[in-house]
Amino acid sequence: MHLQPDRPIAVDIRDAVKTYGDFTALKHVSLSIQDNEFFTLLGPSGCGKTTLLRMIAGFEDVTAGEIMLFGQPIADLPPYQRPVNTVFQNYALFPHMSVLENVSFGLEMLGQSTAQARLRAGEVLEMVQLSQFAARKPAQLSGGQQQRVALARALAPQPKVLLLDEPLSALDLKLRKAMQLELKHLQRETGITFIFVTHDQEEALTMSDRIAVMSAGQVQQLGAARDIYERPINRFVADFIGDTNLIEVVVTRVENAQASCQMTGGHVLLCEAVDGVQSGARVHLSLRPERLFLTQAGAGPDGLRGRVRENIFIGTDITTIVALDQGPSFTIRASNSARGNARVFAPGTDVVINTEQGAGRLLVS
Amino acid sequence: MAGGGQTSGASQSDSFAPVRYWLLLPSWLTLLVLVLAPVSMMALYSFLTKEFRGGVVWDFTLAAYDQFFFDRGLFGDEPPKLQWTYISIFWRSIWQAGLATLMSLLIGFPTAYFIATRPEKQRALWVFLITIPYWVNLLIRTVSMKFLLREQGPLNDFLLSTGLLSEPLAIVNTNFAVQLGLFYSYLPFMVLPIYAAVERYNFTLSEAAADLYATRWVILRRIILPSVKPGIIAGCILVFVPSLGSFLAPDLLGGAKNFMIGSLIEEQFKGNAGNWPFGAAASMILLTMVMLILMIFAHQQAKGGK
Repeated sequence: MHLQPDRPIAVDIRDAVKTYGDFTALKHVSLSIQDNEFFTLLGPSGCGKTTLLRMIAGFEDVTAGEIMLFGQPIADLPPYQRPVNTVFQNYALFPHMSVLENVSFGLEMLGQSTAQARLRAGEVLEMVQLSQFAARKPAQLSGGQQQRVALARALAPQPKVLLLDEPLSALDLKLRKAMQLELKHLQRETGITFIFVTHDQEEALTMSDRIAVMSAGQVQQLGAARDIYERPINRFVADFIGDTNLIEVVVTRVENAQASCQMTGGHVLLCEAVDGVQSGARVHLSLRPERLFLTQAGAGPDGLRGRVRENIFIGTDITTIVALDQGPSFTIRASNSARGNARVFAPGTDVVINTEQGAGRLLVS
Repeated sequence: MAGGGQTSGASQSDSFAPVRYWLLLPSWLTLLVLVLAPVSMMALYSFLTKEFRGGVVWDFTLAAYDQFFFDRGLFGDEPPKLQWTYISIFWRSIWQAGLATLMSLLIGFPTAYFIATRPEKQRALWVFLITIPYWVNLLIRTVSMKFLLREQGPLNDFLLSTGLLSEPLAIVNTNFAVQLGLFYSYLPFMVLPIYAAVERYNFTLSEAAADLYATRWVILRRIILPSVKPGIIAGCILVFVPSLGSFLAPDLLGGAKNFMIGSLIEEQFKGNAGNWPFGAAASMILLTMVMLILMIFAHQQAKGGK
C-alpha cells in the first residue's frame, strides 16, 4: 500500500490488541510505518488512536501482538529506554523549569553534560524560533509558544520516531494552520519519522504522507491522503473524511468496469465499479459536494431534479442544500469564483444536479 | 454578575461598606480574644516578677529572660555565664521535633502519594482511614503507645517470641520513643497537605519525563518533588511546630532525661513550684523561634514559586 521499497520500516505493529477489562480498545491492528514518513492516525475520539500511540511510547502495555522499532521488539522496554519522544496534547512542560531547562532535560538524561545539553537545546530553540524566550518559565508563554517548546523538547534528543498526540488541538485556527505547515517542513528537514494523532481530517490531509483511518479499535483504511479522500473503501471513511452525500442505490448493471446505479426515483448514474459489486446489489454511493454542480431545470440535459432550499456562504465556497423531488437532500459546493457563482441559484429555484466525471464512489460496506 | 460589569460591582460594594465592618466583626473578635490578647498577656507576664505560689507581682524586670540565658550562681552575685541547661533543652526540642518531622515525611510522602494515585472513588476512604485513629484522645493514644513499646509490652513479646531478640528492646524513655510518639501524634498533618498537592499534580509530567529518558528515581527527584514542594513545606510546618512545643509525648515516652521545651513551660505553670514569668519568657522565646523558622520556610517557598 504505497510502501516505498528502499526505506526501512520504522515502526511495525503486528496484530496488536489492547483490552481494558471487558473493553477492547484495539482489535488486531497491523501497521507498517516507514522511516522518514509523516504518518497520521486519524479517527474520532475513542477509536484507539491515542492508545496505539501510547503503546509505541511505552505508556501502555500491549495485551497481545508485537511492536517492532526498526526491527527490534520493544514490548519489554520501559518508556525511558525507547528511542522515541512524544509531544503531548497539553504539552506537559515542566512548570518549575525554564524553557531551556525543559528542552535540555532529555539530553541530560541521555548522559550529556549540562553545558553540552544546553548548547544543543539552544540550537533546537533557534530552530523553532524561541531563542529569546529561553530563560522564561512555560507559564509565561502563549499557547503557541508552549507548543513549540514541547516540540523542541521532544526533538532535542534526535529521536528516531516522534510521536505527536493531537498537539495542535489547543491552538486557534490560524495558528493551527501555520503550525501544520511548520510541522510538515520540520519533518522534511529533520528526516525523523512523525506519527501524528488527530481527529481533524483536514489536518490529516494537509500534513500526512499516509493516513490510517481508525474507528472502533480497527484500521478502516490505510493509504495516501489523496487515495483516502478520492477512494474511500467504506461508508465510515467516506463520511469521516470530508463532506459527502451518501445515498443508497441499486446496481442494475456492471459492464466494462462501470456500474450503473439506480437511485430512488429511478435516475441512473454511471460510476467506477469496485470489487465485490454485482448486478442487483443494494449499496451506498458517495458523491463529494464539490464534484456536483447545478444547472437551472430545463436549461440543460436532464438529471437529478430538485429545488434549492438554502445557500450558505462560507467564504471560499458557497454550499447549496437541494431537496430532491424524490429522496434525500443533497449538499453541493461551488467555489466562490465567477464560474462557481454562475452555478448558484436563489432558494426556491428548480434545479438539476449534475455530476462530474468520476464523482461517485461505490461503497460496498 | 454577567453583563453587569465593574461599575455595578463597585457600587454594590460601596453600598455594603457600612455593613462590611460589622460582618467582619466576628473574625476581628476571634483574633483579638483568642490570639492577640493571650499573646500580649504572655509577653507582659514574661517581664514581671514571680510570686512564690504561682502568679505574678507587678514589678517590671528582665529577670525571666536573664534566668533563661545566663547563670549567675546560686545567689545571683557571680558574673554571668551562659546558662546551658535551658539552651540545651531548647536545642534537644528542635532536634527531636526535626527528627519526628523527617520521620513523618519519609512515611507520610509515600502514604500521600499512594492515596493520591488510587482511583478517585477510593481516595476519600483512604483519607478517612488515615484520620480514624485521631478521633481518640491524644493522651490515651500516647499512653497506649507506652504500653505497646515497654519491655513487657506486645512489641517486645512478639520480637522475643520470634527469636529475633534474646533481650527486650528498651524503647521507652529514649529519644527515639519521643520521636516515635511525636511522629504518630502528627502524621495526618503531614499526609493531608502532601496528598492535596499530589492530587493536583499532573501525572502527564511523569510520563513526559519518562519519555525523555528519566528513570523513576530521577522523575521523583526532579519532577514530582519540586511540583509538590508547597505541600511538603506545609506538612513539615504543621508537624514541626506542634512537635516543638509538645509535652505529652516527651513526658510519657521520654522520661525525665528527655525533657523538651513544652514540658519545661508546662512545669512553670503547674502547682506551687511554678514560675509564671519564666514560663512566659520561655514561651516567648519558643514563639520567636517558630516564627523565625516559618519565615525561613515562607522565604524558601516564595523562591520556589518564582
